[in-house]
Amino acid sequence: MDRLAFLLATGLARGLVIALFALSLVIIWRAARIVNFAQAAMAIVAVYVAFAVTQATGSFWLGLAAALVTGALVGAVVERWLIRLVPSGTPLPGMIVAIGLVMILQSAISIIFGPKHRPMAAPFSEQPFTVGGVAVLSPYDLFILLVALGVVAALGLLFNGTTLGLQMRASAMAPEVSRLLGVRVPRMITLGWMLSSGVAALAVLLLVPTELGLNAHSADILFVHAFTVAVLGGLDSPSGALVGGIVVGILISLVTGFLGAGLAPIAVLVLLTVVLLVRPGGIFAAKEARTA
Amino acid sequence: MTTPTETPASTTTRTMLAVDGLTVGYAGAPVIDGMRLEVPHGAVVALLGANGAGKTTLLRTISGLVPPRAGRIELDGQDLSALSVEDRVRQGLAQVPEGRSVVSELTVEENLHLGALWKIPGRAARRDAVAEVYETFEPLARRRRSMGHQLSGGERQMLALARALVARPRVLLLDEPSLGLAPRVVAQLFSILRDTAGRTGLTVLLAEQNVTSALSIADRGVVLGLGEIVADAPAAEIAADPALRHAYLGF
Amino acid sequence: MTAIISSRTRGIVLRALALTVLALAATFLLDSYRNYQLAVVAAVFCATAGLTLLVGLTGQLSLGHAVLMACGGYGYALAAGLAAEADLSGILRFALGILGAVVVAGGVGGLLGLAGARLRGPYLAGLTLALVIALPAFASQVPGLGGDQGRSVPFEPVPDWLAPVLFSTEQWHAWIAVLVAAVAVTPLAVLRSGKAGLRMRAVHGDEVAARLAGISPGRVKTNAFVAGALSAGLGGAVLAIATQTVSPGGYDLAFSLLLLVAVVIGGLGSIGGAAVGAVLVVLLPWLIDTLTTSVGLPADLEQRLSGNLVVLVFGALLVLVTVVWPGGLSHAFAGRFASLSARLRRRSDQHVPQSLTER
Repeated sequence: MDRLAFLLATGLARGLVIALFALSLVIIWRAARIVNFAQAAMAIVAVYVAFAVTQATGSFWLGLAAALVTGALVGAVVERWLIRLVPSGTPLPGMIVAIGLVMILQSAISIIFGPKHRPMAAPFSEQPFTVGGVAVLSPYDLFILLVALGVVAALGLLFNGTTLGLQMRASAMAPEVSRLLGVRVPRMITLGWMLSSGVAALAVLLLVPTELGLNAHSADILFVHAFTVAVLGGLDSPSGALVGGIVVGILISLVTGFLGAGLAPIAVLVLLTVVLLVRPGGIFAAKEARTA
Repeated sequence: MTTPTETPASTTTRTMLAVDGLTVGYAGAPVIDGMRLEVPHGAVVALLGANGAGKTTLLRTISGLVPPRAGRIELDGQDLSALSVEDRVRQGLAQVPEGRSVVSELTVEENLHLGALWKIPGRAARRDAVAEVYETFEPLARRRRSMGHQLSGGERQMLALARALVARPRVLLLDEPSLGLAPRVVAQLFSILRDTAGRTGLTVLLAEQNVTSALSIADRGVVLGLGEIVADAPAAEIAADPALRHAYLGF
Repeated sequence: MTAIISSRTRGIVLRALALTVLALAATFLLDSYRNYQLAVVAAVFCATAGLTLLVGLTGQLSLGHAVLMACGGYGYALAAGLAAEADLSGILRFALGILGAVVVAGGVGGLLGLAGARLRGPYLAGLTLALVIALPAFASQVPGLGGDQGRSVPFEPVPDWLAPVLFSTEQWHAWIAVLVAAVAVTPLAVLRSGKAGLRMRAVHGDEVAARLAGISPGRVKTNAFVAGALSAGLGGAVLAIATQTVSPGGYDLAFSLLLLVAVVIGGLGSIGGAAVGAVLVVLLPWLIDTLTTSVGLPADLEQRLSGNLVVLVFGALLVLVTVVWPGGLSHAFAGRFASLSARLRRRSDQHVPQSLTER
């Protein structure tokens, strides 16, 4: 029983990071109708900058700010200088270019910084609290929880409560009509990329202290899980990303804890297959795409 | 080829929208070939012609969605060539494109706010402007919380028109607003359009296949045939010219 | 109608036959290591030929094609292993192994195809991605696959009757690879140029329109997946024979992406492009490695560059080709080739252009 409570709690914390990253994939899908396979590699670039800032100043918080700013900048640069050049009729070229970008960024980082993992310290203790003799969340897990909920609330407010969010939604769904209404659509798409890669950088920054350390490939598995979550929840649905992230996080934690780490990827695959066969557009898909 | 006749109106009032030497189209025969057209301030001009005559292309070129191969487009004497679609909107040029131009994932209210955003950044003032539009378009007021995809065809077209008018444009380009609508709905829509134009001095260029309805509210009719203007005359004259109707309008 | 189709099919088969004979003859000019590389190229070509049809014609992005190759490899290893235990050898053991490869790869491909028929682009990519990531877990959980170490594959020696002709085992393996590739790819080429290819394009272009024309998009997509899987499975079997082992490490995400790089650089939808791509992804890493080691860089830098530089080059090529030549290299050079062949044709008056009948 104690073990179950502990596994559920760690699964929740892990799931929230996955959900945050999945959210960034949903943002970019909604803003630009592209699955950004390069999201993890772009976030890693931002986290390397954050690492350097934290090393130089000794402050985790300055590093966090640097990750957010760099993440957003990388997003803007990639959108303006690369994605705009890609033929946009079908989603395929965009996906392929994003895959190419992953290869470029990861290999470039590996060449510059080498293969070693650079450990990053968490700003709070990672020792779990014990409640009635049962080990549950650590202060750092709580911090992750608060950040994730804060980001979700802020994004909800942005998209549903502000005119900027209204313009971003309109640009994503009906670009031509939006332009005819005076919305600066290209700017909105750039903003979507910046927002998305900023959130992704935040998620990876939160993840790294709980893992081996920072390396070109530190976020690979996070990306795979987050992509799975985004597909599970439906690429259009922020709430789907949140719920899906927590479900997958807890599933991985339980399977790893009770059945062994080797089975976790199979469990994720089975979950994904079952959901997609029942609902091909994800659990939270509003409806099937119009076919006529 | 008929040369466009000068209408009396254009000599007395200033020209609001002018197209000169406009050629549009990629390789091969141009869709629009060296067109010249002037629309005076406050006029409602019906743009007529069969499918493929170039009506939609003309409107999309004016609004900036399609780049022309040659020629000038002027709005109230200002050259628009260098301006993007969004900046042309900011000069007071509004277009209601053909078909489903409502953002179907947004509510009626959000659609209207979107239309007013560039003109009225303040929240309170924008709400007032939207409220004013609801007075003109009563059926929309009842459905303000409905999503775009829940609306009927008539409601959608009404929303598209209302959304274009919230920002008080100087020139309105309308592409086939009557398409697929019941005659009663078309009549209602067109009477609102006529009233608004009369009240505010809005200049309207109305592309239509529904010739009778369009001419009933227009001051002037311009008939396109394969990318060229084949007739340009007061609306009543065009409606009364059987030869023209047979040759270019198909009835 | 049937006469036209069969003449086109005959053309493809004749061309394939000529190329196969040419490749077999070429093995005599290559040393052992080059013959090994030729076998690997042929194996990769099997996979890329199927993948290029899948991605280029039906628009299904599969990030898990390496898994289908692995299925073929494991299928071959299991079946040939069983045959070896039953003291079978030679052609019989080989045939059983190939059968195993085809069954396993075809089965998995069929399942994926059924999923692919229901899923749109990014969703299918997500599923296949999860599959690639899960492969090592399968290898360690399913008994008989040998975990991370993988399985060894029965050695395929040069048969006695060919021993006087062939000078090395590698050459014999290259022969097997070339012959299997011919058997795997020729049907794909026939499929592509015939009605099936048209249906695939129709489904990619507009599913609704395709459905209205009486085509079932689901069936076309599933069939394309199965065809691609069978061919990839044969490639996996060849690779297993040439390397004498199958392990999950050889079929990871990086290898899957490499297959994608090959078909994109070669030109999506083009079989010739798939061949060019296969050559590139096998030879370029070797070339770059040889280059970086021969320049005499500091040991630290050399270590960092090894393995990474080639990924950098492939990533840049992927982006460049998609942005600059969306048709891939085969299309970029097809224009030049066409004008050259037209010039040759004009010189020889007796040559009648066949394009009219081929249309």
